[in-house]
Amino acid sequence: MNSRGKAERRLGWLLCAPAVITMGAVTVYPILYALWLSLHRYDLRFPADRSFVGLSNYWSVLNSELWWQTLGNTLIITAGSVSVELVLGFCLALVMHRVIFARSLVRATLLIPYGMITVVAALAWKFAFDPTTGFVNALLNLEGAWLTERWSAFFVIILTEIWKTTPFMALLLLAGLTLVPEDLLKAARVDGASAMQRFFKITLPLMKSTILVALLFRTLDAFRIFDTVFIQTRGAHGTETVSMTGYNALIVRLNLGLGSAVSVLIFIAVVIIAVLFIKGFGASIVQQEGEK
Amino acid sequence: MAYRRFNQNLTERLFWDSGSIIVMVYALIPVAWIISLSLKRGADLNDHRFFPATVSFEHYQAIFQDPQFPAALWNSVGIGAISTLLAVLLAMFAAYAIVRLEFPGKRLILSGALAVAMFPPIAIMGPLFNLWRQIGLFDTWLGLILPYMTFTLPLAIWTLSTFFREIPWDLDKAARVDGATPFQAFCKVIVPLAAPGVFTAAILVFIFAWNDFLFAMSLTSTTQARTVPAAIAFFAGTSRFELPTGSIAAASVVVTLPIVVIVLIFQRRIVAGLTAGAVKG
Repeated sequence: MNSRGKAERRLGWLLCAPAVITMGAVTVYPILYALWLSLHRYDLRFPADRSFVGLSNYWSVLNSELWWQTLGNTLIITAGSVSVELVLGFCLALVMHRVIFARSLVRATLLIPYGMITVVAALAWKFAFDPTTGFVNALLNLEGAWLTERWSAFFVIILTEIWKTTPFMALLLLAGLTLVPEDLLKAARVDGASAMQRFFKITLPLMKSTILVALLFRTLDAFRIFDTVFIQTRGAHGTETVSMTGYNALIVRLNLGLGSAVSVLIFIAVVIIAVLFIKGFGASIVQQEGEK
Repeated sequence: MAYRRFNQNLTERLFWDSGSIIVMVYALIPVAWIISLSLKRGADLNDHRFFPATVSFEHYQAIFQDPQFPAALWNSVGIGAISTLLAVLLAMFAAYAIVRLEFPGKRLILSGALAVAMFPPIAIMGPLFNLWRQIGLFDTWLGLILPYMTFTLPLAIWTLSTFFREIPWDLDKAARVDGATPFQAFCKVIVPLAAPGVFTAAILVFIFAWNDFLFAMSLTSTTQARTVPAAIAFFAGTSRFELPTGSIAAASVVVTLPIVVIVLIFQRRIVAGLTAGAVKG
């Protein structure tokens, strides 16, 4: 290799090093440390009791009903929010794509939920559904404390998630929609295809990879849900999610061993979800990556 | 025929336009509600009305008199600004190298960044909590800045490299042929072209840092570094006579408005940044 190539290589590594080192130091090293912690009995309230216990923390977590229940809760919230978001996001994207009147105003408004702090969104909806402060019960002529029962609490949590993140989904889908050639749709219309047929036979297939990327990102994001649940129910009434279980074990109860086992299990779950997505329908994601 | 066609277009237009109004109402309801709640008098908080009967600023006065909230606001602004500055700077170096230079490991860096973007933050909370306590980063600005940088670097690197790729780098050579020094060429030609991308990345990073709750809850304990989202969550605990709904609403409005203004002004760039990372990338 000539010296210019070598210098370029050095410069390339040098310029990337700060970013790579930061990301590595705050993710790779801690996850290895988490693995190590998860194999120990390590409770900060009883630091003298520290010892190597092998897989017994994992055993305790996997044998506890709480873990499986919270995993179930997380999956319910993830599936509930992401599926509605996809459909609703598509509707919003189509509106933004077709609308002529006040186009940029609509787009700007739709970004507000994206910019709003999750905690604030969670509080706004919590107060809205609150039996004493809220307007929802008065509006629907109902009486009920929504956040004190499991399924109605899930409803409010999922609604909040949907409100907050659908715009993100919609914007990604909108970007995908603009890639669908207008001529193709016009031709189909001339040939007598109905709006439904045009959507399912032309638009949808051409947007497959955009949809998959959006779904993957939203699913992983929804799986780590913490803010909304913490603000709205603190995990009470059977709404605790895996991130809350981890937080409670680590930060509230200061049990680093057990909490780290929970963390590692969450990490494994996220990897499984990502692999399933990429293996399941991943050809298009990989292909898209390669095209860059 | 012409008439029918016109009619069809009109119905279609009406359909999409009313759709756009529904979209705007959808986006604005919780914002309007929290603003209205923050303007209600303490006595009216439980009147079940959407809009306040009488407008009052008492809750705003209350939160700014309480020392907790201004401290948290200062922490949020400071930590957000420093994280943004550092993350964008590091991402700029990396993205420049990835776009402009030939070196092995480029793809690895991009896919590594993608993996970090998918990483569940709770998975490293225990180690960070323990480490930060041992090396004195717990409850400090730096203790939050480091994780914020880490989790925003992927987005910043992806966004910036998409933007950088579209810059016509030949202009740089052309300017030098015309007699500009490399430094002049860089400052006068490349920087102005790269600025929108850098700016977009900065907004996205800032929104992330401003929004974070999990790290702020886990890695801080006092007003020294606790940011607004965490501070608001703790308002509930310090209630004196009643649940401080009004104060929470007022504090929520104060942290929401700057972001809403930023988003409205720079919406085009934010959309470009979000979609550059996820769709084109």
